[in-house]
Amino acid sequence: MDFTWLSDPFYQRYLWEGFVNTLWLLLVSAVGGLFLAVLVALARLRGPRPLAWLIWAFTTVMRGTPLLVQLFFFYYGVGHLMEGVPGIQETFMWPLLRNPFFFAAVTFILSVGAYSGEVIRGAMQSVPQGELEAGRAFGLSGFQVLTRLWLPRAIQLCLPTLTGEMILLLKSIPLVSTIALMDLLQAANIIRDETFLVYEPLLLIAGIYLATTVVLTLVLRLVEINFPGMQPTQRRWLPIR
Amino acid sequence: MTAMTSEGLIDWAGPILGGALTTVQIAVLAYAIGLLLGLLGAGAKLSPWAPLRSLATAYSTLIRAVPELLLIILLYYAGAQALDSLLAYLGMAGAVQITGFATAVGVLAFVQGAYMTEVFRGAILAIPRGQLEAADAFGFSRWARFHRIVLQGMLPNALPGMSNLWLILIKDTALISVIGFNELFFTIQQAAASSRAYFLFYAAAGVIYLLITLSSTALFTRLERYVRRGQPTEA
Repeated sequence: MDFTWLSDPFYQRYLWEGFVNTLWLLLVSAVGGLFLAVLVALARLRGPRPLAWLIWAFTTVMRGTPLLVQLFFFYYGVGHLMEGVPGIQETFMWPLLRNPFFFAAVTFILSVGAYSGEVIRGAMQSVPQGELEAGRAFGLSGFQVLTRLWLPRAIQLCLPTLTGEMILLLKSIPLVSTIALMDLLQAANIIRDETFLVYEPLLLIAGIYLATTVVLTLVLRLVEINFPGMQPTQRRWLPIR
Repeated sequence: MTAMTSEGLIDWAGPILGGALTTVQIAVLAYAIGLLLGLLGAGAKLSPWAPLRSLATAYSTLIRAVPELLLIILLYYAGAQALDSLLAYLGMAGAVQITGFATAVGVLAFVQGAYMTEVFRGAILAIPRGQLEAADAFGFSRWARFHRIVLQGMLPNALPGMSNLWLILIKDTALISVIGFNELFFTIQQAAASSRAYFLFYAAAGVIYLLITLSSTALFTRLERYVRRGQPTEA
């Protein structure tokens, strides 16, 4: 095991950039994805029939195909089609449409939206109808019922599943190295190609991922413990078996 | 140039179907080995012997905390090296195709086993204690108790998790293409690059994977109905 390359400032910069990009992508995809997930759940439950059907097809496709294929489809497939649109290269959008981070974020947001959307839909269906009717009886508007009753109650029910989805999201981020985005794996690939060391860079970033997963798990656990209205049995660091 | 652009789906149908077959083969083999590893892992996790328990815990925790793609790359290099030296030792050096397929299966099975361990552990723990005690009271041997009571009793509990893992495995086989092994998605990438019809071929890849996952979902639904026969239906 040879870790002398770690003192090289170039490699340190690659690794740091990769780490920061990984966290950024995680944050953007989690926030955007969960927002989309709520819309997906609402469209499935309350949308007009054609919209609900369309969203069902969307979630089925996103959950039935590999994320890697989706990433290639959007970055190379859609990206290639965009190139052919006349005049698009002169618009202000063009730098964005050449950016792998943009495509990675879009793909992950759609993926999280599909997976978590189904989770949230299930939870929203489990909220007793009477509670929502009680909200209407107290004079809340439909939107207020959604934001003050329906969503908070649904999230209470599915929070452990949602935090699990976020861990899965973190673990799918290395896929972006395949579209030449500088994440931790891409940094390790560069170091591997230049130093001819196969295992050391990969083991290092495996360790970084392990640590990040542990920290993220603890942070999400903290959220679960402090979420209002959780059952007392769920307010502990280790769930009861 | 015109010959390049006229290259379409039809020209690549043969290689793509071949790749799809390889993908399914890899997945089925890896799943079978993963099931076995999962059973062993769950058995170790529930064993009264502490070192075995901590070994199984380390396996399932470490593997599940590191991204699959990273593991696949790491284990692929390690596995290919081990298999190469084994083949060289047996005097069969250069059997590259075999090592590629075998390492792909081995790597996916090793990862799958860690997730399967957790599914089986939970399912075994969910078997009512009284059923095991009844088996003991009737003088069942350990093996008879395992395959008559434990295996049958946990299957309805384990099947939803098993079906999820199968779908994840199908989708994880695409990661093998990153290593450069010639399965479905690798063939698709070659087709897309050579014809420059990226949109068409990546959409086709999505459709093929979707067909595989949808048909397996239907299969698992029937299987679940079968293993739940005789159980009270949910209200």
